[in-house]
Amino acid sequence: METLTNTPKLADRAYNIRRNALRMGEVQGQGYIAQALDISDVLAVAYFHAMRYRPEDPSWEERDRFLLSNGHYAIALYAALIEAGIVPEHELETYGSDESRLPMSGMAAYTPGMEMSGGSLGLGLSIAVGMGLGLKRKKSDARVYTLFSDGELDEGSVWEAIQSAGHYKLDNLIGIVDVNNQQADGPSTQVMAFEPLVEKLQAFGWFVQRIDGNDLDAVIAAFDAAKSHPAPKPRMIVADTLMGKGVPFLEQREKNHFIRVEQHEWQLALAALEAGRQV
Amino acid sequence: MKTVRSAPQPGKARLTTSAMIASIAAEGQKTKPAPFGRALVELARSRSDVVGMTADLGKYTDLHIFAKEFPDRYYQMGMAEQLLFGAASGLAAEGFMPFATTYAVFASRRAYDFIHQTIAEEDRNVKIVCALPGLTSGYGPSHQAAEDLALFRAMPNMTVIDPCDAHEIEQLVPAIAAHQGPVYMRLLRGQVPVVLDEYDYKFELGKAKLIRDGKDVLIISSGIMTMRALEALQALKDDRVDAAVLHVPTIKPLDAETILREAGKSGRLVVVAENHTTIGGLGEAVAALLMRSGVHPPFRQIALPDEFLDAGALPTLHDRYGISTAEVARQIKQWL
Repeated sequence: METLTNTPKLADRAYNIRRNALRMGEVQGQGYIAQALDISDVLAVAYFHAMRYRPEDPSWEERDRFLLSNGHYAIALYAALIEAGIVPEHELETYGSDESRLPMSGMAAYTPGMEMSGGSLGLGLSIAVGMGLGLKRKKSDARVYTLFSDGELDEGSVWEAIQSAGHYKLDNLIGIVDVNNQQADGPSTQVMAFEPLVEKLQAFGWFVQRIDGNDLDAVIAAFDAAKSHPAPKPRMIVADTLMGKGVPFLEQREKNHFIRVEQHEWQLALAALEAGRQV
Repeated sequence: MKTVRSAPQPGKARLTTSAMIASIAAEGQKTKPAPFGRALVELARSRSDVVGMTADLGKYTDLHIFAKEFPDRYYQMGMAEQLLFGAASGLAAEGFMPFATTYAVFASRRAYDFIHQTIAEEDRNVKIVCALPGLTSGYGPSHQAAEDLALFRAMPNMTVIDPCDAHEIEQLVPAIAAHQGPVYMRLLRGQVPVVLDEYDYKFELGKAKLIRDGKDVLIISSGIMTMRALEALQALKDDRVDAAVLHVPTIKPLDAETILREAGKSGRLVVVAENHTTIGGLGEAVAALLMRSGVHPPFRQIALPDEFLDAGALPTLHDRYGISTAEVARQIKQWL
């Protein structure tokens, strides 16, 4: 584990995570690439700035837990786990293939570092509440990070968990909701109005920050504040992100919840990512 | 299309709907109070990993006894069953053994996906303990879990248990704690009948036990239907019917060896009796086992019909749907 505070170094990590995701996407020819690109900055900060873990021992008792509730973001988390040295890089070429440890939707029994079986949306925060209670019982200072999507805000269970985390004052929970405003049937705010999100979460007893999830400095500051906030409250980072971030022609592609990328476009995507890299 | 029932005739004397958590004990029957709650307290004294959780039904699942004894090991999750089981998975992931309680309808129907994904698929050591199994409430389908066994039998990795009485519940609490993995247990709460102590019975996880032998009929039963079968023996005997009772508290995994041994003894009618719909419970499990194994005795089912059951008084309903003692005896005699 490295704790990077320098933004350019974290930008390198975010670049590598995006690159890993594109390389996996190429294996399948399609997938949740746009989400992986939008959340890479958050994952870079989580894995290379905020979280405590040992790459060689993914079940180390004192690790911070990272729950991927939106299991279809697995490609993004695998990309981060490879970058973090938890999953060997050569497995990247097996993504979504038979016998792979990197299935299309994340599952706890398949992948080192994958703490839950997501995919049925709305599960993660409930598990996080139990883990948060359990860690407090054990008097552990480990934290539970839970990444979920704006579409999951439609699920009633998410609000059951949000309410109970406030009730139990679970200050060891840090939720990250990826507001990319895109879910299966269209823009999330149109599928089901969920704003004003910050005010709702605050009313449920959470410490809430809303940031540009693709601004590394803002992401770093939000994780720092989430960890150090003094109030006995669960913490939520509402991260507004841009689908396809870092690959301009994917940022502009319409209906990009589940995108198909033509064979020749993968090299273009990698080249575009490289071209946009701030060195 | 739904049609509203016609009004009943006025002036007739009727039984009133039993309280939601009415005891299933008959008047004058020997009972024990809250065997699950007491056994859990006993277990928790020696196992510090045991925690209790509920979704606003602590009092109605006898978990309040545990809460009183171990307030800091008790988690009230509010009336939110999805959260209850997701959080139970999280506590289990952190090394604790949650006993999570609610009514059978809410665990099996409302929270099914949460149990499927966060507990069964992730193989978390959560014990799911549910009151009002089958037809043990007169409140109608909202509280009658006629299909809970079918649903949990269909879930990979789940052990499914339907105990008969207080004597059995006391024994199975430590037994399911000793088993690593998820368990669904039907709960009898409040004043719970004590029946099996007279038969030198010992609960073993995964084992069916022959409680009484007999040459004419083999009754294979679980849960309260074992009590009903034993009660029906006298009426059957009066008509010179000699019935055996094989109690099968573990619905999954099924004790195939014992069931095949008993059902394979020639000359006996096999009757499976269960407090559950005919679909997907013990009856169909046994039928499939016999078919697969080439054992073909005459076979009948005593079970709840595939329909939404009425509201009303439990004795009335148990008679109406064929699971009262008198109805068990009557049906068996009719089939011989």
